[in-house]
Amino acid sequence: MSTVATDPTLLPRTERTILSRFSRRRLMGFVLPLTVLAYLVYAAFALDVAGLAGRFRPENAVVLLNDSWSYRTHVTTDNRSGETTVAIKGERRASYDATHLPGWVSRTGETTRVALPDGSAVTLSPGQARFDIAGRGTVNVTAGPHGVTATVPDGLPADWLSASNTRFDITVPGAGRLSVTKSRSEVQRRAFGWAMWFFDLQSPFHYMSWPEIGRALVSGPEIRPGQSNLSAMLGDWWHNGMWHHDMVFQALFETLLMAFLGTFGAAIIGLPLAFLAARNFDPLGPARFAVRRLFDFLRGVDGLIWTIILSRAFGPGPLTGSLAILLTDTGTFGKLFSESLENIDERQIEGLRSTGANALQRGRFGVLPQIAPVIVSQLLYMLESNTRGATVIGALVGGGIGLLLTQAMITQTNWEDVSYYIVLVLMLVMTMDSLSGWLRQKLLKGKDNA
Amino acid sequence: MSDATVPGGLSRIEAGYLAQSRRRRALSTVLGIVLLAMLAAGFGLADSRNAGGFLDGLHRIGDFPLELLSEALARADRIPGLMAHYLPSLIETLNIALSSTIIGTAGAVVLSLLGARNLAPARWIVAPVRRVMDLFRALPEIVVALALIFALGGGPVPAMLAITLHTFGALGKLFAEVNENADPRPVEGLASVGAGWVQRMWFAVVPQVAPNWLSYALLRLEINVRASAILGFVGAGGIGYDLKVAIGWGQGRYDAAAAIFVLLILSIILIDQSSERLRNRLIRGKA
Repeated sequence: MSTVATDPTLLPRTERTILSRFSRRRLMGFVLPLTVLAYLVYAAFALDVAGLAGRFRPENAVVLLNDSWSYRTHVTTDNRSGETTVAIKGERRASYDATHLPGWVSRTGETTRVALPDGSAVTLSPGQARFDIAGRGTVNVTAGPHGVTATVPDGLPADWLSASNTRFDITVPGAGRLSVTKSRSEVQRRAFGWAMWFFDLQSPFHYMSWPEIGRALVSGPEIRPGQSNLSAMLGDWWHNGMWHHDMVFQALFETLLMAFLGTFGAAIIGLPLAFLAARNFDPLGPARFAVRRLFDFLRGVDGLIWTIILSRAFGPGPLTGSLAILLTDTGTFGKLFSESLENIDERQIEGLRSTGANALQRGRFGVLPQIAPVIVSQLLYMLESNTRGATVIGALVGGGIGLLLTQAMITQTNWEDVSYYIVLVLMLVMTMDSLSGWLRQKLLKGKDNA
Repeated sequence: MSDATVPGGLSRIEAGYLAQSRRRRALSTVLGIVLLAMLAAGFGLADSRNAGGFLDGLHRIGDFPLELLSEALARADRIPGLMAHYLPSLIETLNIALSSTIIGTAGAVVLSLLGARNLAPARWIVAPVRRVMDLFRALPEIVVALALIFALGGGPVPAMLAITLHTFGALGKLFAEVNENADPRPVEGLASVGAGWVQRMWFAVVPQVAPNWLSYALLRLEINVRASAILGFVGAGGIGYDLKVAIGWGQGRYDAAAAIFVLLILSIILIDQSSERLRNRLIRGKA
């Protein structure tokens, strides 16, 4: 301490070093954030963030948001034949049969009355449609071979309406939509939820209320003779013709399978290779170099390119996806395992050597216990992240839930399917997440206590 | 000494220990065998559900790379020109990855400070923030990107937003773990002189954990470059999209695909290597 004070040359020099380091730090404190900011400004131009406003399609966003949690039911009257159908999303396979119409549709003769959620109502008859808008007045539309004409009360917002000689459209927020052409009039009514998620229209249970279903489960007569109501219900749900739960869960299982096979296959191949790549286990320089470059190559070529190459050889499917994950992860595992092999404690191995243990025994009792925690924790971590990755790989190679997701998204109409798949993927990934966390704690903590 | 007073004590302990370790070893063996059996069965199942079988396809696995390579070699003079042609797309892909990593890191810092049990300004905020991070982490980027492409139109921004969202969750979790291991003494010291929450975080926590944060962020950059290329492949622009188009041209035009492969592989390896060097320096420089 005193030497510093007495040495006249040391103090100024130390002071200078310290001060220059301080000022360099202070400079970095300014320069670094400024550089990042400048880069972000550049990126905003390079990625054309300003052009976003021009491309933004709010109507698409509305459709996406609405369709993911609610559904439309179409009531359509043919203006020539007078035939009326009630169908979810206007799809033929989801049409109600005439004896089981929903409660808000009532028919008398050729006239159909549709009650809408906010108290409005639409009355349809061949060639005529009347929209009684709650608190706004009545819209009358006439359709015939000569065209479509409409009388509209004053004071309706202009953006609700769109009219021409051949077509009339009105959308009332909170109520529904009426569109009339020469050939048909159609009402769309939105309702909350996923239509027919439990039972499709072919199932008798669709037409029962919840209390009725509960009673049927406990006591009621067998709806399908020879089969208990519970198994009939489960069967109807599983083979639901609209949602295809059987197909969806198989796809989900395929995704999990891809992640499992890819991760564990990679670990089994990567571990022995890691010994070749570790400095302290492989005295042969060239072999070590070659194996390390192989790891770099496997990781550098990347899952995207592997999926392309593998798809060419094996076609679409879960095997292709598994192999793509396996190849990339072999590189990652090999690198991680060889690094932890290089960091092990040599003394345990020497101790075993002194007892006359051979190489295999030294590996089993000296090395493996040391790297086992790293292996287990990396394996679980990768399994969890690959579960999500397998969804993406599945979309590329055409397998699992990823395939279903992209197929549903490409239609740009089946957003309720998309949100169902997303919910399932989220549940699967989060389950794997907590499972791997729990297992990691169990396996690794247990080892520490022992 | 004790076995002198308790006859047979040591040998009893020894027998107990050996029995226990034998039991544990037997359990490991059984687990290993079960795992191997599951793997074998799984591969069989995956093989049966695949469009083409493993054994049928195995001899074809080299065909495409060889074709690509032979075409690239036959027209090697065109490769540099093609690489220059595709460079802007590569830069777009890298820009998507880098900007989403930066924004994602900034968001993750905030989320992780709110989601760390020892640092959160209020206890009740920890659980909801963690659930939000789980949600962000679990969402596959491809889903978010495709939904955003539908709503926002094409271009690189949907991909950037999708990767950013995922980065919030992925880095947020890792950062929160780092934060929970931070030394509490500087925080308490600042609290004792009346510093606010933001001041405590900025002056007491950030200097401690910043190197670890930065190292995780670099690792995430490596992952995001790959994700950005993949998102391009499903329609979000960048080099991935060009790759899809070039492969679609088919045989005889693979020189473009080869040039893109070279660009992609080189940039991934380059980024991996420099990020690894930087990370090593960050961790070692601290010690």
